[in-house]
Amino acid sequence: MSDSTTNNTKTSGNSAAQKILLSLMQVWAWVFLACLILAFIVAVPLVSGSSVSFLSVRNSQNILVAITPVLLLGLGQTFVIISGGIDLSVGWVMSFASVISALAVRGAFDAGLPLPLAIFAGLVMAIVGCGMIGLFNGVIIAKLKVPPFIVTLGTSFIVRGMALLMSENTTVIGLPRGVRDYGNESLMYYIRGDGGGLHFFQKPEVSVELLRRMDRIITYPVLLTMLVVAIAIYVLRRTKFGKYTYAIGGNEVAAIRAGVPVERHIIKLYMLSAVTAGIAGFLSMLRFTAGSAVIGDPLLLSSIAAVIIGGVSLFGGSGSIIGTVIGALIIAVLTTGLVMLNVPSFYQFIVVGTVVILAVLLDQTRDIIKHKIGSS
Amino acid sequence: MDQKPILTVRNLTKKFGGLTAVDNVDFDIYPGEVLALLGDNGAGKSTLIKCVSGVHSRTSGKVIFQGEDVNFSNPIEARNRGIETIYQDLALANNLDVAGNIFLGREKEKTYLGGLVRSLDEKFMRECAAKALETLHVQIPSLTAPIETLSGGQRQAVAIARAVYWDAKLMIMDEPTNNLGVPEQKKVLELINTLRDRGVPVVLISHNLPDVFAVADRLVIMHRGRKVTEKKISDTNSEEVVQYMIGALDDTRETEIVD
Repeated sequence: MSDSTTNNTKTSGNSAAQKILLSLMQVWAWVFLACLILAFIVAVPLVSGSSVSFLSVRNSQNILVAITPVLLLGLGQTFVIISGGIDLSVGWVMSFASVISALAVRGAFDAGLPLPLAIFAGLVMAIVGCGMIGLFNGVIIAKLKVPPFIVTLGTSFIVRGMALLMSENTTVIGLPRGVRDYGNESLMYYIRGDGGGLHFFQKPEVSVELLRRMDRIITYPVLLTMLVVAIAIYVLRRTKFGKYTYAIGGNEVAAIRAGVPVERHIIKLYMLSAVTAGIAGFLSMLRFTAGSAVIGDPLLLSSIAAVIIGGVSLFGGSGSIIGTVIGALIIAVLTTGLVMLNVPSFYQFIVVGTVVILAVLLDQTRDIIKHKIGSS
Repeated sequence: MDQKPILTVRNLTKKFGGLTAVDNVDFDIYPGEVLALLGDNGAGKSTLIKCVSGVHSRTSGKVIFQGEDVNFSNPIEARNRGIETIYQDLALANNLDVAGNIFLGREKEKTYLGGLVRSLDEKFMRECAAKALETLHVQIPSLTAPIETLSGGQRQAVAIARAVYWDAKLMIMDEPTNNLGVPEQKKVLELINTLRDRGVPVVLISHNLPDVFAVADRLVIMHRGRKVTEKKISDTNSEEVVQYMIGALDDTRETEIVD
């Protein structure tokens, strides 16, 4: 105790500077994202010609469409990792959802159901099917105490097999044509230049020439994802469910002793993670008008990267949904920007990987400084 | 004492297979009293207390709490009846704030749309947390910061405030001053005094004789699972206590061992 008081007087000169540094490091992801966007706004026209703009309506909407699946996978993952677990199965769960919802939509439509109902059946199928997978993960982790890394790794193989079997190792096609609209139409339409303008809800019926200049703003999958993000923020920050998630990640024994239903909560967390992956799979089915058993797997690691860049500690106990959103945006902006700068796509991986490691290093340094200030 | 005891333990025995960890122990604790439970490592103090608080089930014997025979099957049941245990490792979630810890597992919620939407009533919980700390005369730099930023003594205070807020009828504290600096130890002892003043009896498990002599009213000493003596603090001294703790003195034996 006396040690730390002497320490305090010694470092008090530095601590103001440390505090400023600390608050900067607290929001570094925001700053980094802003800098990235600014850099691309400047660099893209220089490299690709002055007519190309990084922050055009079209490009920003493309980024939004691109991040929805990564973000949805990352949302459930954020909850799971805050609780001190991990879910490696979400990639294949998303694929599985894409396949079964495609089969459900096709089946329901062929059986004579109207399209909206058939699509609803697809959504229910994705949520229920994936919910069961999450239940399976959660029960084995919470009740049988098998480490989540191993359980979800095993599950991902099982689900992979199931997805490939059900899709008969090919893309599920033959979906009703109208499905495409649900996956790609949007809240607003913007037509650049002469005779253009903003249109709401209804796709404007205009000439082919004008259609070429038309951009969709906030497609339905993006809208649904925004809604899910908003709910996730509310649940994590404002409800018992969120509090328990943090408590279990912070000190599971304390949570048990305090009477938190820890086992049940862990099961719910893995169900949540699988269901958000299921929604991602459902939306990708709408977007491509097809079910694909290989759509989700490449997104797993991107989603975990987004969560980590967003500042969720892999040891559990801290992190936020907004962080994950920023993390997903950073990855999407980086990849899109690099493509527009004509950088070969292999470099994207190198850059994203570097950012992940830097993010963790930054967070660690921040925690060390925080503890220094806190203990003095 | 003319009052009725809050907790009465009679002939309590706990066996782990062939090993008798607690052997036929009796003790009482009265309102507004600090009872120290002393003994060397392995003397059975913690096991005895865990048999009371529902962590272990007893092999035989009786526990009477507030006039009722009880046999808790888990610590949560005991806590719901008002027996609160403060563990050495505190059992707090260091990443939550003070209110988050005090209300953990028993959060206050607000409901909207006829119960369809629920959210935590953070304001209410924070105010209650502040009040609970106030009654214990504890000052904490920030109520909204995660408690990992607090000192060990302050965290003890949070754990005690939680028990007080939930109206503990009996407080069991297992080595509460372990791993604390000297000023912090003093603060925890003050807290124990505050609890006594509020009429909450405390069972204090400790190795630390100065602590025990500073706050306890009575002491029970155990050696190898048995209770070897029970004395008022004013009738004994630390040398005698040590003799009991190492087994050189034993009131249950007819003759003293003379070496």
